[in-house]
Amino acid sequence: MTKAVESSAAGEAGQKLETRRVDDGLLVALSGRWCLDQTLPSREIVERELSAVVRRLTFDATALADWDSGLLTFLAGVLKACAARGVAVDQDGLPEGIRRLLSMAFAVPEQKVALRAAAGQSLLARVGAATLDLIRGAPAMLGFLGEITLSFLRLSSGRARFRASDMWLEIEQVGPRTLPIVSVISFLVGLILAYLGADQLKLVGAQIFIADLVAIGMVREVGALMTGIIIAGRTGAAFAAQLGTMQVNEEIDALRTLGIPPVDFLVLPRMLALMLMVPLLTLYSGFVGMLAGLLVSITIFDISFFEYYNETLRALELKHFWVGLSKGTVYGAMVAFAGCLRGMQCGRSAEAVGEAATSAVVTAILLITIAASVMTIVYYQLDI
Amino acid sequence: MAEAAHIEVRDLTMAYGDFVVQTGIEFSVKQGDVFVIMGGNGCGKTTLMRALIGLQRPAAGTVRYDGEDFWSVAPEDQERMKRRLGIMFQGGALWSSLTLAENVALPLAEYTGLPPGRIAEIVSFKLALVGLAGFEDFYPSELSGGMKKRAGLARAMALDPDILIIDEPSSGLDPLTARRLDDLILELRDSLGATIIVISHDLASILAIGSDSIYLDADTHTMIPTGNPQQALLHGDPRVRHFLTRGAA
Repeated sequence: MTKAVESSAAGEAGQKLETRRVDDGLLVALSGRWCLDQTLPSREIVERELSAVVRRLTFDATALADWDSGLLTFLAGVLKACAARGVAVDQDGLPEGIRRLLSMAFAVPEQKVALRAAAGQSLLARVGAATLDLIRGAPAMLGFLGEITLSFLRLSSGRARFRASDMWLEIEQVGPRTLPIVSVISFLVGLILAYLGADQLKLVGAQIFIADLVAIGMVREVGALMTGIIIAGRTGAAFAAQLGTMQVNEEIDALRTLGIPPVDFLVLPRMLALMLMVPLLTLYSGFVGMLAGLLVSITIFDISFFEYYNETLRALELKHFWVGLSKGTVYGAMVAFAGCLRGMQCGRSAEAVGEAATSAVVTAILLITIAASVMTIVYYQLDI
Repeated sequence: MAEAAHIEVRDLTMAYGDFVVQTGIEFSVKQGDVFVIMGGNGCGKTTLMRALIGLQRPAAGTVRYDGEDFWSVAPEDQERMKRRLGIMFQGGALWSSLTLAENVALPLAEYTGLPPGRIAEIVSFKLALVGLAGFEDFYPSELSGGMKKRAGLARAMALDPDILIIDEPSSGLDPLTARRLDDLILELRDSLGATIIVISHDLASILAIGSDSIYLDADTHTMIPTGNPQQALLHGDPRVRHFLTRGAA
């Protein structure tokens, strides 16, 4: 005996879905145009019909006109629903092209992968994870510091393997090419210092001491700090991006396979370049800052050139230069360390390179600030 | 599929400054063809592809899609024409900050206005077609080279383009995966009526899927029309047979 239950749904452009129940079978009739640019009938209509009675699903696509991924995804959903309910599917009624594409889509079983850590973790869990990351990052940082130390030892015994031309190239990048930005920033900072000092010193009629403030401030502290921060943003990020890209291109792996320590070949020249050039840039920065102070004093506060010059000479002692130079050297090393560390730790994607560059700047500025505080306290205690 | 795709290239010259990579390129591709552009390393295959897909203006000549010259129409018309093309780049060129699902979904979200649920279904189906079902949440950096390539093909197919341009589909793939990709290309042609241009130097793949072809000669900087690659192997120009037999003929 044949019992038929029919239902149908039609879309806007003549595409039509009809289901007809015949005994334990369900016939799905598709007609019209089934393309993504139209609203297509939902497969839930078919799924609703897949009750316990239905054992077999067949198709009738004789009236089917045009179709694309819209129909394919509809059918893929129907096939999955049938598989889940143990309903046998006879695809003979479908056009051959559709049958073949469906069989390709189901040829490779779905990869069951462990679910990723849910994005919506609690705040506490995220803080915990971030703290653990930080703690786990410390040994890596120390390990890298150790590698650099070994590399310097090899350098001192003449066994470090790097190309001097690389170092000169970096020196050119860090030195002459950084002069314009260091000039502008140092001049403006010198100017700010002079104004700031003048504002306070005029209360006691001691504006001549603008020269002392600017000279000692620029040479000891501000010149090195400004240069360090400029270099962190300009060169530290560049180092991380360069080494990160080399990591992505497997260039660093290639060095390792040749037995060339990447720290020697890539990190050492960059480290040396910064440790040589940042102190020089610090000196230059101090000089430009003093020029700005001179300009402000002469034009705004009626201090003559010779008064300012003599006061500067009186205020500056050799130890101030040594302090500035030592800080410049340390900051240069910090920037090179942070840039190279983040570059060498970089993942293997374009996004990872961006993260490495950002992280290099943040790490460098953090290290510079810590080093600046420690050195200032130490020099004060030693009365330098 | 939509209207019949028909590609016609006339007297095309590709150059970098004064250096002419290829000159006098002429061919036409009928709808439903799998047209192979073959040649050795450095012969200008990828440069030619860049001219076909609107990334590099040719020094001279025309590229017509259904009679419309790509390089002489307004930029907005070029954009419209580009949407008919699905392009798979040599290394996949997946966006590294997006998951596979997001990579395939982006063109759908940008150009179709479909609801997210429908887009997710289409994305899963396209990934299943290239054998990557279940890899929706993976990032490209977590995949092998061959998987990236297949995901790149899934993205190229996202909008059901009527022209697929595929750069080196099988290089870097294991023989079985390469064969599967070849089968998929033929299937897309047969089932969806897509026109397919394949840039390749993989002999097995060229012979398996090509219905028409040209050979770009790196020495003379000109092309040789080669027709069906299987026929070219038997009766073609000696330079082409030399290439197709790995130097044996």
